[in-house]
Amino acid sequence: MIPARFDYHRPDSVAAAVGLLQQHGDEARVVAGGHSLIPMMKLRMAAPAHLVDLQGIAALRGIEAGERIRIGAMVTQSEMIAHAGLAEAAPILAEAARQIADPQVRNLGTVGGNVANGDPGNDLPALMLCLDATFTLEGPEGVREVAARGFYEAPYVTAREEEEILTAVGFDRPARGFAYEKQKRKIGDYATAAAAVLIGAEGGRVVSASVAMTNVADVPVFSAAAGEALVSTDCAADAVAAAVAAMQGDIDPVEDNRGPVEFKRHVAGVILTRAIARAWSRA
Amino acid sequence: MKDLPDSAERRANLKGLGCARKRVEDARFTQGKGNYVDDIKLPGMLFGDFVRSPYAHARVKSIDASAALALPGVVAVLTAKDLEPLGLHWMPTLAGDKQMVLADGKVLFQGQEVAFVVATDRYIAADAVELVEVDYEDLPVVVDPFKAQEPDAPVLREDLAGVTEGAHGPRRHHNHIFTWEQGDAEGATAAIDGSEVIAEETIYYHRTHPCPLETCGCVASMDKVNGKLTVWGTFQAPHVVRTVASLLSGIDEHNIRVVSPDIGGGFGNKVGVYPGYVCSIVATIVTGKPVKWVEDRMENLMATAFARDYWMKGRIGATRDGRITGLHAHVTADHGAFDACADPTKFPAGFFHICTGSYDIPVAYCAVDGVYTNKAPGGVAYRCSFRVTEAAYFIERMIEILAIRLGMDAAELRRINFIRKDQFPYISALGWEYDSGDYHTAWDKALKAVDYEGLRREQAERVEAFRRGETRKLLGIGLTHFTEIVGAGPVKNCDILGMGMFDSCEIRIHPTGSAIARLGTISQGQGHATTFAQILASETGIPADKITIEEGDTDTAPYGLGTYGSRSTPVAGAATAMAGRKIRAKAQMIAAYLLEVHDDDLEWDVDRFAVKGAPERFKTMAEIAYAAYNQAIPGLEPGLEAVSYYDPPNMTYPFGAYICVMEIDVDTGEWQVRQFYALDDCGTRINPMIIEGQVHGGLTEALAIAMGQEIAYDDMGNVRTGTLMDFFLPTAWETPNYQTDWTETPSPHHPIGAKGVGESPNVGGVPAFSNAVHDAFRAFGLTQTHMPHDHWRIWRTARDLGLHG
Repeated sequence: MIPARFDYHRPDSVAAAVGLLQQHGDEARVVAGGHSLIPMMKLRMAAPAHLVDLQGIAALRGIEAGERIRIGAMVTQSEMIAHAGLAEAAPILAEAARQIADPQVRNLGTVGGNVANGDPGNDLPALMLCLDATFTLEGPEGVREVAARGFYEAPYVTAREEEEILTAVGFDRPARGFAYEKQKRKIGDYATAAAAVLIGAEGGRVVSASVAMTNVADVPVFSAAAGEALVSTDCAADAVAAAVAAMQGDIDPVEDNRGPVEFKRHVAGVILTRAIARAWSRA
Repeated sequence: MKDLPDSAERRANLKGLGCARKRVEDARFTQGKGNYVDDIKLPGMLFGDFVRSPYAHARVKSIDASAALALPGVVAVLTAKDLEPLGLHWMPTLAGDKQMVLADGKVLFQGQEVAFVVATDRYIAADAVELVEVDYEDLPVVVDPFKAQEPDAPVLREDLAGVTEGAHGPRRHHNHIFTWEQGDAEGATAAIDGSEVIAEETIYYHRTHPCPLETCGCVASMDKVNGKLTVWGTFQAPHVVRTVASLLSGIDEHNIRVVSPDIGGGFGNKVGVYPGYVCSIVATIVTGKPVKWVEDRMENLMATAFARDYWMKGRIGATRDGRITGLHAHVTADHGAFDACADPTKFPAGFFHICTGSYDIPVAYCAVDGVYTNKAPGGVAYRCSFRVTEAAYFIERMIEILAIRLGMDAAELRRINFIRKDQFPYISALGWEYDSGDYHTAWDKALKAVDYEGLRREQAERVEAFRRGETRKLLGIGLTHFTEIVGAGPVKNCDILGMGMFDSCEIRIHPTGSAIARLGTISQGQGHATTFAQILASETGIPADKITIEEGDTDTAPYGLGTYGSRSTPVAGAATAMAGRKIRAKAQMIAAYLLEVHDDDLEWDVDRFAVKGAPERFKTMAEIAYAAYNQAIPGLEPGLEAVSYYDPPNMTYPFGAYICVMEIDVDTGEWQVRQFYALDDCGTRINPMIIEGQVHGGLTEALAIAMGQEIAYDDMGNVRTGTLMDFFLPTAWETPNYQTDWTETPSPHHPIGAKGVGESPNVGGVPAFSNAVHDAFRAFGLTQTHMPHDHWRIWRTARDLGLHG
């Protein structure tokens, strides 16, 4: 649990941070809340020679909650939970964030770190897929926007280039019906399976539905087919069963200490069923 | 004498027995002012770190430390070759086996110590560990204790080739350690075979780990000028460590000082001697500088002592109306690569033969086969007396299964078979003498407290609702009535490495009427500084707030066997009371002199000796203490001190009735404890608040063990649960609310009637949680499913019973 030697940098601007990444190349890693990277360094599974801490960059903080919602990368999960504007505009964020680990972790863990790390066990990536969010990346070539749904390529491999920094996430004000449902063995564990669901309704029918899943494949899973299965229905049992079946066609869980594949597929179905019911009750 | 008007007030001022006194330790712990091993910093201190084996079974062909030694700051890299000339490459275990300190030609479990790097700081040491090149040739791995006993199983312990006689009798296979038996095999078999109803089942109590918050570590410092070695360490038995260190190193015992500073939990994990201690001592002797070694969490879980791993095959017979006729148990005990169980010498399976539990069973037999596998050594008593949690889990599961076979309510089956109050002292079929108990009273109180019949009605309604498709949750009612056996133990049959398991207390009363008492035990969170002062307060009349309790420094404390197996109160607590009585006896003589009466004309009243019939003529203990130091009293030595070494005449037998009500989601395997009622009878209650804290802590560990905590291995011998991500350590979130209660049946042989309580909640809690899971599925045909009951295993049980439709 003793990390290898590294140099520590604390730039005060994104440009300076990008400059450090350019200077040190693949020997440098950015650290936000540090809840993924620091344990990896202590296990010596990661040994960056240069650690670029983003805590000193004021521009990465701040939440805008209008019709378009924008959250700075260094906003902590606790800040997200406490933000009144977000609670009104996109309550799914707080519901999901409250299910991330414990208060100590949420006080340090950031939105940007959680979505940029590319860990399929993290909760916010699936949520961003569900919200159809875009990520703002800033690098030597300037600023670009990438759709969350095109961001996750493989475990810990994303569309972010090595010299880019994820600076913000943004998305439109979501539909009213929402739920983030998660099964975990204990506080601080990754999900056995978790489901993010957004449902928009008019006149007792679903007009829009979005479904994404956490930790049931090597990347977060957006299941377009599951959402489609709900649209134009009244979320009765057969529609939910169709959505679950569609979702199960999109996931690919692996066996670990949380259980065998068959169990995880079953739980994913139960969790999604519950998430749809809760989202529909709020739609 | 009759209480004087102010006796009650003076008694309350003492904060003695029965007082819910706040823990005096907490002021420093809650402010982060504790002093743990890793807080110790000495000038010039070096740091040790281990190169550990990634393989579970491999030959070590070569070790090349040249790159590590070339790293600036690296002082030494020790291997077995360096320790061999000192005779320290192997060390004796507490169980009569021997254990490699550093890999001698091969490794036998993942995480085994291969080389010890010593460097000027812990970062350099960790860097150097990566630079030591070890050439391994992997060997076939066996992690299954049954496969280990097959004729063609790999030979694990080549050092034992040709050794057919082990420390506990004949060895019948190269991976066999011992067979240990107790009771009447033929009689038990005959009684069961002739029974109207027979229940037979294999109960697995999985491998887990005590996982104290503070991991193991030490600081060893050799003063080459005065020849004195000091070792600070996480030791549950510092005096025994001193003796072992002397025997191993050849350093005279008076030149070794062992200190246990504040210890952050032990739970049995810190009883044994680990390679890290030996290597640190060698390194300080070699370098002449202090050497610190502190393991990390993964090392703690992978390499230091595990607990349980018992495969328990049981047969129990009964008459049709539920009278138990006999019990037969056979255990296959997976001890890992070395037999490093921490048990009294003559008990290789600890006190497993308490497995007749709370029941009057006419004839019984148990046998335990110890087996080597490619897993870490250990087998310690994780918050229980030696193998008592295994025994309690075994009998409490067998009772439940027998109730199923009988078609009988499990609470009633227990009631029919309890040892009756009038049978105590009771000699069990396996040879124990239970000191005292009143099981029926405790049981009835518990059942009434939870409205047991109402719960059963609710459960039956739930089953019907489930069958109608109205709910997907089942209700389990987990019952346990456990009997512990603690307070090891009588010197005539209990020893550790030859040291009798007495314990000790030394008291000095200061001239102004305050005191210091030192004991041979060592608190790891039990609150000894609080409770032992309360015992002394009641015995000597000195307020507990004026008594300092000190433990853990072998240069100052009297010799004792340490703290584990709930032995501190039964043994050291008794020594404390006896030493207090010696103080009082001398105080009586001093008071008689001061009051110019005969000793026999005085009587004790809370905090003073008063003249019989003239209570206004008295001397308080404070006055007496002062006189002891400033008066020349004919025939009496000055001063007021006493020492007691207490050899207990018997063990003590705390017991309890626990009931767990649990909701289980058959679709996800999730569970929720709706109610947990815990009635404990630990004899005389010293501090109700500390008892309640002990019960809460022990139940939470029991919850962890029953519901998810395990050390699991894959077929290659890789540890799958080596971090707290996978090893279940409950937080406040997972911990249910506990409802505690008590009855009080004093031990007849203990000076104050106390029995010990620290481990009862683990012993009783594990079967209560597990029985709740089993009970939820009883209506659907489940008899046995092994722990830990984590989500997927509960889900599998539901699936196998066809509950997923």
